Amino acid sequence: MAITVPRPRLTWRERWYLPTIAAGLAITFKHFKNTLLGRTKVTMEYPEQKWDAHLPDYYRGAPALVSDAGGRVRCVACQLCEFICPPRAIKIIPGEIPPGDRFAKVEKFPQEFDIDMIRCIYCGMCEEVCPEQAIFLRKDYAITGFTRADMVHHKEKLLEIGGVMHGVVLKWNEKK
Amino acid sequence: MPNEPAVQMFNVQIDGVWHRFPKGTRVIEACEQVGVFVPRYCYHKMLSSPGNCRMCLIEMGFPRLGPDRKPELGTDGKPIINWMPRPQICCAQDVAEGIAVRTDSPLVKECQRGVMEFLLINHPLDCPICDQAGECRLQEFSVDYGTSQSRFLENKVKKPKAVQVGPRVTLDDERCILCSRCIRFCQEIAHDDVLGFVDRGSHTVLTAHPGKSLDNNYSLNTVDICPVGALTSTDFRFKMRVWFLKETKSICTSCATGCNTVIGTREDVIYRQTPRENDDVNSCWMCDYGRLNYKYLEAEDRLLEPRIRSDGKLVPADWPTAIGQAALHLKQFAASEIAIVASGRMTNEELWLTAQLASSLGVKCIDIVPRRGRGDKILLSKDRNPNTNGVRLILGSRSAPGAKLMAIADAVRSGEIKALVILKENAMHLGLSVEELARLPALIVMNILRNAATEKASVVLPACGFAEKRGSMVNGKGRLQRLNRATRPPGNARDDWEILRDLLQGIDGGDSLHSIEDVFRRIRETVPQFAGLSLSKIGDLGVHILKIEELPATHPSDEEAIEQAIAVQAARRSVRSDLDRAYANPAESITRQAEAQTAPRR
Amino acid sequence: MDWFFIITSLLKITILLGVILFMVSYAVYAERRVSAFIQDRLGPNRVGPAGLLQPIADMFKLLLKEDFTPRSANTFYYSLAPGLAVAPAIITIAVVPFGSTLFGVPMVVADVNVGIFFVFAISSLGVYGIVIGGWASNSKYPFLGAIRSSAQMLSYELSLGLAVIPVFLLVGNLRLTSVVRYQIEHGWFIAAFVGDWMNPWKWLLAIPMIISFLVFMIAIFAETNRLPFDLPEAEQELAGGYNTEYSSMKFALYFLGEYAAMITGSAVVVTLFFGGWHFPGIPDGYHGWVFGLINIAVFFTKVAVVIFVFMWVRWTLPRFRWDQLMRLGWLFFFEIALVNIFLVAGILAYGPRL
Repeated sequence: MAITVPRPRLTWRERWYLPTIAAGLAITFKHFKNTLLGRTKVTMEYPEQKWDAHLPDYYRGAPALVSDAGGRVRCVACQLCEFICPPRAIKIIPGEIPPGDRFAKVEKFPQEFDIDMIRCIYCGMCEEVCPEQAIFLRKDYAITGFTRADMVHHKEKLLEIGGVMHGVVLKWNEKK
Repeated sequence: MPNEPAVQMFNVQIDGVWHRFPKGTRVIEACEQVGVFVPRYCYHKMLSSPGNCRMCLIEMGFPRLGPDRKPELGTDGKPIINWMPRPQICCAQDVAEGIAVRTDSPLVKECQRGVMEFLLINHPLDCPICDQAGECRLQEFSVDYGTSQSRFLENKVKKPKAVQVGPRVTLDDERCILCSRCIRFCQEIAHDDVLGFVDRGSHTVLTAHPGKSLDNNYSLNTVDICPVGALTSTDFRFKMRVWFLKETKSICTSCATGCNTVIGTREDVIYRQTPRENDDVNSCWMCDYGRLNYKYLEAEDRLLEPRIRSDGKLVPADWPTAIGQAALHLKQFAASEIAIVASGRMTNEELWLTAQLASSLGVKCIDIVPRRGRGDKILLSKDRNPNTNGVRLILGSRSAPGAKLMAIADAVRSGEIKALVILKENAMHLGLSVEELARLPALIVMNILRNAATEKASVVLPACGFAEKRGSMVNGKGRLQRLNRATRPPGNARDDWEILRDLLQGIDGGDSLHSIEDVFRRIRETVPQFAGLSLSKIGDLGVHILKIEELPATHPSDEEAIEQAIAVQAARRSVRSDLDRAYANPAESITRQAEAQTAPRR
Repeated sequence: MDWFFIITSLLKITILLGVILFMVSYAVYAERRVSAFIQDRLGPNRVGPAGLLQPIADMFKLLLKEDFTPRSANTFYYSLAPGLAVAPAIITIAVVPFGSTLFGVPMVVADVNVGIFFVFAISSLGVYGIVIGGWASNSKYPFLGAIRSSAQMLSYELSLGLAVIPVFLLVGNLRLTSVVRYQIEHGWFIAAFVGDWMNPWKWLLAIPMIISFLVFMIAIFAETNRLPFDLPEAEQELAGGYNTEYSSMKFALYFLGEYAAMITGSAVVVTLFFGGWHFPGIPDGYHGWVFGLINIAVFFTKVAVVIFVFMWVRWTLPRFRWDQLMRLGWLFFFEIALVNIFLVAGILAYGPRL
């Protein structure tokens, strides 16, 4: 259905337009002048100035795997993050922890854990879905590489970014 | 069933509504038939009901009888029910006249919640690790009938983990909820009583009897029926989460039984095969041998691209070149100089195209390689070719399958046969040596895996395995069933029927077959048993197309002829008994399954 | 024709061409910086000091891009069109005096006696570059852009021509050097009363001259497809208009042509209304080569200021709708310019000799 938008009825002086145009030009010139003289400062010049110190707590940067205080990779390769990941950036190949291992009762660990950072959209669903509190979004945002292969974060890289996480649920500790 | 005596019918009230059920129906089944689901762990419709999981507790009652032993009627004209004061299990109770059942009363709900809480007391919370997660009854019912909080503060009981109860089954006792399905399966279906419970109370564990191992050919069915992640397939364990698997309905092609299966794949990799219920074929089961016989599809020696012989060497070629070369080879020989060896593993469509190929070339020398093995009384058939009946119907040979093989081999040796077409078989199984094959002017091979014979071929045509193609097969009992494509063929391999179609068209110049449905339509026109059918009409469960008297098993003479042919062949060669080894231990014989695949012997 | 004339002419052409191309590349840079400043941004500031080498980087970028020709395009015209867009814009500058004299050589490439006609004649050819390019691309958006462009240029050519007639009524001559010379003697047309404050006729004359200037300026905006009249290359509606299918150097030529036209337009405006190279108090080149150079500098400074106005307007005003554009051209500017001619003629007829 067509909607008729009522237009304002202009007086003949307003219909002349020139004063309004002049006013517009004055506004833009004011902005021009202020920026030129450095009075307006909006743009942050990125490589020299960074937000790093002021990133908010909820900032979602690169996803990473964390280890617990005992040095165990918390991930048990349940592949829920792989399932939930909207752009399908995560690829996990699960493996079995050999019987003699200290953490043999955990049974399963990620043999390979790749996150394709070209695909990753930093949505944080992996963090939210993880039942083991093993994957977290860290504050790294400058993810660079010269090839597509460079942009895939393997397990080692993910653990490096993730580091050790203290104070999370210790489900697999010795007593249990 | 008008001829059978009338089954006694009972009136049963389920959740306030009266229904009629035949005698012998278990109450849990009666509920299911009218759309009332009662949760259960130990009950399995193919097994007996011990009633040990207590999940299916319901309230039950009987009509109040008056002094005249007649049910007293209420104001609505229906009998008044006397409810029993305590709940009953409904899996072990058969329907009886006038009984009433309540499945959603507060008492029932309270019972279910209680049973769930008891089951979860010692059950580990390792769903992220457990392979059953996603198809776990305990998980599902915990959501549906359990509570969200645990009141259990003590330490859980420790039990053995990762126990190898058999060569193909790994047991995690902590996850076991003691439903005893596996024990009953072994006793009642596999007739191999190896599993049992030991110890008491919370410390009860499932274990194999001393000195015994769950190593029968049906052991992996226990994994299927296990409602939790206690029994896991060693082959599938920790390989892939079930929610990633694309499930394709297909059939097993490892013997003539043709068990209905579901093939679980992800991104063109097969992760598991599980049985699909079909009461006319395999009930709910399948054998381990057939279930694990898929690894050869991902073997290293898969043929990946067509090759043609040029200057004495096999060089890669594109499909039109390879097909053209094959057609050229065949056209330059007289009909009497060509022999075709087809396979009982080919689908009806492929066999029909083979028959067309033979008739357009005028070839009379055509046969399949018979393949016999030890059968059992449960599912595994002696005939290890999945489509022997299809061969009979479509190639229309009067003699028994394999009867002409010796003659073909002799003719190759004597030089009478100059062109040999081997479809999905290893030419070595004709009893011909590599040198004899190398002497052939034209050897055209269509196969899945590389072997000594493919290396001597003039043209090699890489084909598809059973999980990579569509088609139909007729099982040993004359049931027409359907294969479905679960994965794409690797490399440049192509659908068998397309290869045969192109070869046929390269020889006779036709161009009327565009889809596999077209081929089936043509079969329908020529083979009376297929009349009125189409690939889609076959359905997931298949249709019977052969009468019992048409089945080969009723022809002892046939059987003898096959036995003789095989005996003679066996005498000519000394062979390793790969298939028997495979039968005894399928999980280990995967790498050389290629040989086993193509080795005909008993 | 003597050798001195030929050599100096060639020298003038070469240097002027170089200067114009230099100005074009820096006009692009300036445009980006000006727009950024107007929008409180910084603009390109990475390549070289304050981003001054950005035009060179841009040039390499354009050179290295894939030179793509659509399969359905008419290859010959498709390749010809960008050239047609550039050539007229640069040729026009030939008749514009960009300085007084330097070592006795007049600082104008061709001092023809039909100067302004030459400007109109050649600059009108610029539309061919756009129309042919839009047509030869064989694509919807470029074609629509080309049609818009041709209609727009035809419409505003009229106002453009009528707006300058008062200037020539006053000068009595079409030669652009004469226009400059007249302004040196009688004051700039934009404000003829400056210096002769007490003359009421000059004040009276300023009214039609300012109208004339505004109409001319607006018409130049339309002729050069600048906002608010950039309908032929409206990105939002036409995905870039006539140059949608162009890439690499061909696109660069269109870009060059557009900015060259803007510079030429500014030069003509400066010549007609702002006294050309003249600045009160600075003598001309006959008094020494330093003054000759200063005159040239004055001219290009004025041009730069007008170019800034072009940019300023572009980043202030929104685009007109097509019907508004046509209405404005035919029902407003055309009439105003026409009435304006009679006004000036009346002043000339009844007033004293100005």
